[in-house]
Amino acid sequence: MVEKKHIFEIKDFSIYYGAFMAVKTITLNIEANRITAIIGPSGCGKSTLLRSLNRMNDLIVTSRVEGQMLFQGVDIYDKDTDVIELRRRVGMVFQKPNPFPSSVYENVAYGPKIRGVKKKSHLDEIVENALVRADLWKEVKDKLNDSGLSLSGGQMQRLCIARSLAQEPEVILFDEPTSALDPISTANIENLLQELQKTVTIVIVTHNMQQAARISSYTAFMYLGELIEFGDTDTIFVNPQNKLTEEYITGRFG
Amino acid sequence: MIEGTGSIHKPFALVHKKKFNLKQGFFLSLIRTFGFAGALTLFVILFFVSYNGVHVLSWEFITQPPVEAMTKGGIFPVIVGTVLLTVFCMTLVIPIGVTTAIFLSEYSKPGLVLNLVMMSIYTLAGVPSVVFGLFGLGVFVVAFNFGMSLLAGSLTLAIMVLPYIISTSEEAIKAVPYSFREASLACGATKWQTIKKVVLPTAMPGILTGVILGTAKVSGETAPIMFTAAAFFTPGVPRSLLEPVMALPYHIYVLATAGTHIEETRGIQYGTALTLIVLVLGMNLLGIILRSRQRKKRAW
Repeated sequence: MVEKKHIFEIKDFSIYYGAFMAVKTITLNIEANRITAIIGPSGCGKSTLLRSLNRMNDLIVTSRVEGQMLFQGVDIYDKDTDVIELRRRVGMVFQKPNPFPSSVYENVAYGPKIRGVKKKSHLDEIVENALVRADLWKEVKDKLNDSGLSLSGGQMQRLCIARSLAQEPEVILFDEPTSALDPISTANIENLLQELQKTVTIVIVTHNMQQAARISSYTAFMYLGELIEFGDTDTIFVNPQNKLTEEYITGRFG
Repeated sequence: MIEGTGSIHKPFALVHKKKFNLKQGFFLSLIRTFGFAGALTLFVILFFVSYNGVHVLSWEFITQPPVEAMTKGGIFPVIVGTVLLTVFCMTLVIPIGVTTAIFLSEYSKPGLVLNLVMMSIYTLAGVPSVVFGLFGLGVFVVAFNFGMSLLAGSLTLAIMVLPYIISTSEEAIKAVPYSFREASLACGATKWQTIKKVVLPTAMPGILTGVILGTAKVSGETAPIMFTAAAFFTPGVPRSLLEPVMALPYHIYVLATAGTHIEETRGIQYGTALTLIVLVLGMNLLGIILRSRQRKKRAW
């Protein structure tokens, strides 16, 4: 058997908001170059867990963590960790497409520019490459100077993916990326994610169980801040070990 | 409807004959009257000043200095004085005001200190301008020994308009959606990069609107410059920051109340007033255009 490469190793990890424990002592490994889905009812802590992977939770003043979270063997929450570099290597795409109110080109060039890439030809190359990888190049190559906000919802979300790809991340975190999109745009994004996993590790939070079943290799089911079950997506959906998981995926609560 | 069955319902039972509702009619006309009264006041003032002042307006009027004890000639040094006061004032205020707004909205932690600072700023914005004039006299003219000067006047105006610039800038910055900041931080930007590259450019039209309206306010104020900068008469344009200047609002005041030729200079008074109004309205118009362009661009 081939040794699995764990890009994230999460051990006894908890997240608090003030006195409230949003994520309760979770232990979980995330395999590289696979799609891992986190599912569970609203308020179960799945987005909180996702946002702790690139320390976006730091922005909430009252948040605090316990336990260990390793990215490529390095403790993310060590006081010497460079959060900026972590976020470059672990990108994020949000629920609502949020391109900047600037041109398509500027949106994608944002990351490289703030890291000091100045040469026009180099930037052009990065932008084209990222847009091609996000499957958006064909649609926008003639309107790179149009506002990113002029695109359709699905295009905007792929623009956000391209913006993330331009920073050459090893992981991209997706926080319900298709919940604001129509079925066709959703299918496009799902196909895109399956293509992207060859080069980028993907962790996706989704409300849509079919989506998790369709695209992910691993699924984590969370409920009230606890990790109820984690395993191969096929196992979770066909043969869940826990009664709660079974009830959730068969739609008896949610 | 099936033929022959007839109908037991009255057709269009929802449509009543329009009845005049006395109470509603009264309040509606009251609201209309008050609404028009506001607009009408502006037009009456504009018409009145234009009617009395437009005949003195000429190229010479705005390019020549006053002559013969200010009873003839133009108002060139007066316009220059107001422009200089406004420019120096805004040069000081914009960086300080916008920086303060950034600090308040992006860096300060909610709590007692922030509340106290905010309360002071809002209170300061409501202080009558003559109080700033007296403050400027005490501090800049006397204590700092700047004398009645362009410098003292600009500083006084700056302090007066600062709270306004801070609060409008802060609102513009706060109106930038949180998702933009989130997106930038998730790209690996630092907080300062996020502010510089995303927050400020997005807030810029709002900040500019505040700056332009603030500029209009500064250029029309009399009380703050009365004791700190404005001269009855200067032989020409100022040559240094420590010289007093003539200014449009004060010039009107002087000609209309303190001169010895009040009646002869009526035309010049109205002409000066008209120049000031055109200047201020022009800046307000610029502010309105900028704001509407910003609203059109906004798509979040």
